[in-house]
Amino acid sequence: MTTVAVKPATMAQALGRALRDAMAADPAVHVMGEDVGTLGGVFRVTDGLAKEFGEDRCTDTPLAEAGILGTAVGMAMYGLRPVVEMQFDAFAYPAFEQLISHVSRMRNRTRGAMSLPLTIRVPYGGGIGGVEHHSDSSEAYYMATPGLHVVTPATVADAYGLLRAAIASDDPVVFLEPKRLYWSKDSWNPDEPTAVEPIGRAVVRRSGRSATLITYGPSLPVCLEAAEAARAEGWNLEVVDLRSLVPFDDETVTTSVRRTGRAVVVHESGTFGGPGGEIAARVTERCFHYLEAPVLRVAGFDIPYPPPMLERHHLPGVDRILDAVARLQWEAEN
Amino acid sequence: MTVMEQRGAYRPTPPPAWQPRTDPAPLLPDEVPYRVLGTDAAAEADPGLLRRLYGELVRGRRYNTQATALTKQGRLAVYPSSTGQEACQVAAALVLEERDWLFPSYRDTLAAVARGLDPVQALGLLRGDWHSGYDPRERRIAPLCTPLATQLPHAVGLAHAARLQGDDVVALALVGDGGTSEGDFHEALNFAAVWQAPVVFLVQNNGFAISVPLAKQTAAPSLAHKAVGYGMPGRLVDGNDAAAVHQVLGEAVAHARAGGGPTLVEAVTYRMEAHTNADDDKRYRADSEVEAWRAHDPIALLEHALTERGLLDEAGIEAAREDAEAMAADLRERMNQDPALDPMDLFGHVYDQPTTQLLEQEAQLRAELAAEERHHESEGAPR
Repeated sequence: MTTVAVKPATMAQALGRALRDAMAADPAVHVMGEDVGTLGGVFRVTDGLAKEFGEDRCTDTPLAEAGILGTAVGMAMYGLRPVVEMQFDAFAYPAFEQLISHVSRMRNRTRGAMSLPLTIRVPYGGGIGGVEHHSDSSEAYYMATPGLHVVTPATVADAYGLLRAAIASDDPVVFLEPKRLYWSKDSWNPDEPTAVEPIGRAVVRRSGRSATLITYGPSLPVCLEAAEAARAEGWNLEVVDLRSLVPFDDETVTTSVRRTGRAVVVHESGTFGGPGGEIAARVTERCFHYLEAPVLRVAGFDIPYPPPMLERHHLPGVDRILDAVARLQWEAEN
Repeated sequence: MTVMEQRGAYRPTPPPAWQPRTDPAPLLPDEVPYRVLGTDAAAEADPGLLRRLYGELVRGRRYNTQATALTKQGRLAVYPSSTGQEACQVAAALVLEERDWLFPSYRDTLAAVARGLDPVQALGLLRGDWHSGYDPRERRIAPLCTPLATQLPHAVGLAHAARLQGDDVVALALVGDGGTSEGDFHEALNFAAVWQAPVVFLVQNNGFAISVPLAKQTAAPSLAHKAVGYGMPGRLVDGNDAAAVHQVLGEAVAHARAGGGPTLVEAVTYRMEAHTNADDDKRYRADSEVEAWRAHDPIALLEHALTERGLLDEAGIEAAREDAEAMAADLRERMNQDPALDPMDLFGHVYDQPTTQLLEQEAQLRAELAAEERHHESEGAPR
């Protein structure tokens, strides 16, 4: 038996490796965006791609997000598989018209004749001390648009596996990369990358029987930390990592909540109109007779994303999660 | 080191040499719209081309009047007429090769039809049975685009992709004067010029964006002048002169195909009808203005040029009219049949594979339809 050297790698490295492998496997894959070529992207995810594959395959575009996505639509119409980088969450907004009026609808509009195999990579979320417009959680906007897949990894291995799946998908995928996990490390063998992960399947990251924390992306490590801390309170929490917001894995979530009888949804996105409302409704519709308490949400406040010196008050943290767990009507059991 | 620290050693120096990155002079459009008909150049124009353009213009006008009539009969939800703009529509279709791509807006169904698309398919969006009535790849016609100018970056991307693949393909994108104010117009032209993509932009300046005249849309000397700022040539042409539009577009397409990059063509024309059948143009323009343009009608212009050169007689005019009537009769007959619709199609094309959520909603609608069916059966009502 050969031993494989498993080294710690960052999520940014795993994403870069996924792009490189996808480009090597399929000449139709083109990477484009602001600063993705010579610089290698502001987060260095595309580092080395222009050198290895040439500037026609990894292209520094003019600074115009609607133009980037709009031209990528035309490239996809001609049979290419563009992977577009939006530099930051809040800089993706100029591309919304292209995304909503064209990217999400082309397959439907043409009755299936023309699909758009596009991946739109969007660094998102806070916790990196970014100044205004660098920390938005924009997933609810994307989730509300039929025709888009919305995927977000929380681990190094998933960053690779899900990005490969997104690029291979014949449907457009909004691929949300949690900025504050870019430099998170994990034991991951870059010489033997993990399998391509199917889009649309959640995973149970931690098993428990007391209550289920339903989360994704940047909030997964926070939930796992909260689950460890909860042991001191006598709670054994289950943690579900959604990985894909669209399609939504009702089965995995429902199975978990029916077993635990209690659920808290955790995300950075705002509470009102955020993903947690939809998730809580779905859980309630499917698990009503199993629930011991209302489904609660621990999410960002309904405020514009705060300046960096105040963001720690906004982001869901371990204490806020444990406070919510404490409100899951445990007294009824006694 | 500060100036003080240099103790007088510093000498002010001019900035590093500067020069324009592109010579703007060759990019500038003509001072007045380029014309062929009614000028000396008309005598040199290819008779075969002129006759073909004439037949297509007559068909195109009849198509416009027929489609407008279909809105009054409730067979189309809405029709944005291109009456008065037929020269632009027809020339845009005729300058392209089969392998090229056309990117139309909602007012450009005639260009799609002139390119060979079945008019019933071209009118699918406007009938309302499906958003695109055709498969874009069959005739290389992008779906009719409703959000203004958003199809322009698609044309740039497609042309760029074709060039990267080594294919000899040109994209021609149509937009109106109002569309030139949109951000996507700017981004598309900028990308096209930076990438030297084989794409031609045809602005049909028909005078109005619904009710808003060009003077409220732009302060540019002409829309064609905008090209210079992007580093591509701008051409200004009489949009009612089919021979001129065909020539200018043809040159731009050839330039793009040869690797010369994009061109912006402004065709000055006039929207003879209201914005759509739902619009009332009497609220924003005078009859006298419309009448002035009627005297410069694209069909009359070409008919006059052809008869003057002895290339068209009464019999030829009658033959073109009969051909157009036959097209209209066929269109009328087929549009008077109800389209076959399957409500289940609503769920089938959102994704490659429907999500579990969509499958649940599909089952819900299926059950509702079955209940409706049972209700009809129990009442014995005709369906």
